[in-house]
Amino acid sequence: MKSNKGKDLIIQDVDKSFGSVHVLKTVNQVVKAGEFFTLLGPSGCGKTTLLRIIAGLEIPTSGAIILGDENITSLPANKRHVNMVFQSYALFPHLNIYENIAFGLRSRKMNAAEIERRVSYGLEMLALEPMKKRMPDQLSGGQKQRVALARALVNEPDILLLDEPMSALDAKLRASVQEELRRLQRKLGTTFIMVTHDQDEALVCSDRIAVMSEGNIVQCGTSEEVYDYPCNRFVAEFLGAANMIQAKRVDGGVQTDLGFFTLSKIPTWSEGLITIRPEWIRICESQPASNGLLVTVEDSVYRGTNFDLLVTPGNLRVRTSSYKHFKPGDQIWLELTATDLVALGE
Amino acid sequence: MKKLIIWHGELTTRGSLQRRGYSFLSSGMLWLLFFLVLPSLVLVALSFASRGSYGEVIWKFTLENYTRLMGFSVFGWTPDYLFILARSVEVAFLTTLISVIFSYPLSFFIASRPKNTRYLWLTLVIVPFWTNIVIRAYAWFLLLAPEFPLAKLATAVGLIPPETPLYPSAFAVYLGMVSMFLPFVTLPLYSSVERLDWSLVEAAQDLYSSRTRVFFKAILPQTMPGLSVGIVLTFVPAMGTFVIPDLLGGAKYMLVGNLIQQQFGASRDWSFGAAVCMGLMVLTMISLQLYRRRGEEIDLL
Amino acid sequence: MKSTHPVIQALALFTMAFLYLPLFGVAIYSVNAAEKGVVWEGFSLRWYVELFQDEWILQTAWNTLELALVSTVIATVIGTLVAFGMNRFPWGKKANNLLDILLHIPVVTPDIIMAGALVVAFEGLRLVADVFEPGMVNMIIAHITFQIAFVALVVRSRLASLGFDVEEAARDLFADNWYVIRRVMLPLMLPGIVAGAMLAFTLSLDDFVLSFFTAGPDSQTLPLYIYAAVRKGVTPEIHALSTLVVLITVILVIAAERLSRKNEKH
Repeated sequence: MKSNKGKDLIIQDVDKSFGSVHVLKTVNQVVKAGEFFTLLGPSGCGKTTLLRIIAGLEIPTSGAIILGDENITSLPANKRHVNMVFQSYALFPHLNIYENIAFGLRSRKMNAAEIERRVSYGLEMLALEPMKKRMPDQLSGGQKQRVALARALVNEPDILLLDEPMSALDAKLRASVQEELRRLQRKLGTTFIMVTHDQDEALVCSDRIAVMSEGNIVQCGTSEEVYDYPCNRFVAEFLGAANMIQAKRVDGGVQTDLGFFTLSKIPTWSEGLITIRPEWIRICESQPASNGLLVTVEDSVYRGTNFDLLVTPGNLRVRTSSYKHFKPGDQIWLELTATDLVALGE
Repeated sequence: MKKLIIWHGELTTRGSLQRRGYSFLSSGMLWLLFFLVLPSLVLVALSFASRGSYGEVIWKFTLENYTRLMGFSVFGWTPDYLFILARSVEVAFLTTLISVIFSYPLSFFIASRPKNTRYLWLTLVIVPFWTNIVIRAYAWFLLLAPEFPLAKLATAVGLIPPETPLYPSAFAVYLGMVSMFLPFVTLPLYSSVERLDWSLVEAAQDLYSSRTRVFFKAILPQTMPGLSVGIVLTFVPAMGTFVIPDLLGGAKYMLVGNLIQQQFGASRDWSFGAAVCMGLMVLTMISLQLYRRRGEEIDLL
Repeated sequence: MKSTHPVIQALALFTMAFLYLPLFGVAIYSVNAAEKGVVWEGFSLRWYVELFQDEWILQTAWNTLELALVSTVIATVIGTLVAFGMNRFPWGKKANNLLDILLHIPVVTPDIIMAGALVVAFEGLRLVADVFEPGMVNMIIAHITFQIAFVALVVRSRLASLGFDVEEAARDLFADNWYVIRRVMLPLMLPGIVAGAMLAFTLSLDDFVLSFFTAGPDSQTLPLYIYAAVRKGVTPEIHALSTLVVLITVILVIAAERLSRKNEKH
């Protein structure tokens, strides 16, 4: 299955309301050809609706979807070169695996030889060859997912859509599937657009993530960009744990209840939040040269790979490796380095 | 330009979709309209008409069928019809009650069977449910024959003369009715029993020492949906049965069903028959509402 | 679930026996060599043999079969269309309720009321066309009327359990309307359709009340025959006939149940 000839997807001013519920609020986004793009957000943020609009299963109230140079907004789903992996997989219960995968090819009346070639390739690539004669109800969750993937991919779509693909799998399987999905996408070069509410999944698989909330894309960027430099509190907290510190801008840095700190990127606001992730806070032997803070350990939680400390003042969470053991009552020096402190927007 | 919608993946307009939907529904709906709804409406109208001397219908509005039902006729007040009505209610009520009483143990029993044999037991209950009513009724002739223990017992106690069968009699009718309608109660009740949350029952057992209180507080409320459906499927149809009272109860033991059958048969008094049907129909409509409200959770068919 | 109290077990088994005893009685006496009375005179299949030599009974059986087949086929087609129309199109809540009520009326209404309504209806139709004399046509129409409801309810429940995901998936995979129906919906509906048809068939075979009011002299069915016969007096031949009818019903019901069990897997 060759990768598809570089068609960008342009989501242009897409707005969608279901009755009085305004689900998507004038969304604009470009998904580049060949990238693994994820729509990340809590339930109700509109990510699934947006995916379905791209698939052709919903029609936007206004706006356009442009694939390559073709406006496909009014094109019905069965004419779009976009295929979807459904959350429930939606395998055809009355057809065996081979026929399930062949469905999209037979419906277009492809010739038998071509169908055989493509389906065999799909079976092989997703390690489904031994079960091609089995029925869907005889498969495990992970196997069903692979069938759904194969069924979509044999059609060589311009874009593959994935609706919460791992939600039905158990936790252990999820990790390996995430990585396999990433590898698959890299190998094929097809554009993948995935919808999920699981930030780990998004970070592992994606080239770029669009964090959504209440019908808007709040921030879009690479995994590192979105994780290291969240633009606001919502994004910061959705992608992982984050300490919030109220701050006022002063000359050379910010003033907070915990003291004066410098940041490598000075905020533009006069008052706002700065954040630092628990794993970036450094624990020092003695008072650091700058951005130091003396705290008392309130609580310490062991998590196998690390300790999570809760310290005062500031109610900060600090993540430290499991080498160092701290007890409640211990006094330690923390350094919140200028490069790790991030000023948040609205 | 017509507004486009997407209906489960299909791009179309609402109008075109509805037109297609109508075409699917039309054959069935027209049939039912023509052969069910319209005739029922005619029946309603008929109940306000009257019978001519040759059995034909006189289409002039009158309430005489209904008053006759109440017992007011040219010859003074006769409660005959009211008796029939009362007896029908009594029979229906007792049949339903007895069926309910025996359905609970049966349902519990089946629910307690291991999963793979449950289906077998259910099939055993379902089979009589679908068997011919005539056969099931007359089958009692055998068991109630004078040579068999039941009749002999009745003779010994002095209820009936010796060498006579135990039918036609009210007892025989009840036997026939219960054996007929019991599955109607058991099947929906079983659906509810199967989904019982036994932890609630155990909690109740901790709270209440008496078994009856446990039943009424923990089991009955949970099985209400199935029970309601069962009662609805039994009560009114029981009132309208005529085969069982006819075969097992004899000519004198009439229920509403027999009364109606008579009007549309030998007596040829359709307008009166229609009026009686109306009475029964009102009860049916009430039952229907109950069924639809409770019946969503019960998948009978 | 806790094991059952012995009293409950006893009651349950007693109830089952109660349900089956009459039928067993009939079956046993159908092979009783005695011509009259309840004394057992030895095993004999002669009553069954006599059945198959009785012209009238064979004709009646044929009528019953013909009636059931014709009405089932028509009712299944119409019922399936109705079920599809109800489940797969966007009707408002009120419309859905109305349709639902309409379908449930034949299920909850006592047969006798429907029979009365049909008697009246056919009287009216007789003014228009002669074909509506009491007879096969009337009976077929009567049977179809209640069968449609049963078939529609069974098929609709099957459709509801299928959900819409598979339909969307099919369209995502380039299928047009006809392809979706032909390759996805129909095959998936089929178990429901067959189960509905078998149920309808059984209901028709065993129907008494509607047949009673719509039958003509030439179109007697087995239930009607048995009714007329037992009012005169019970004979072992009747027992044999009844046993056969029950057996056929049992086989059909079990087969229909098997099919709907298979449904649940999907």
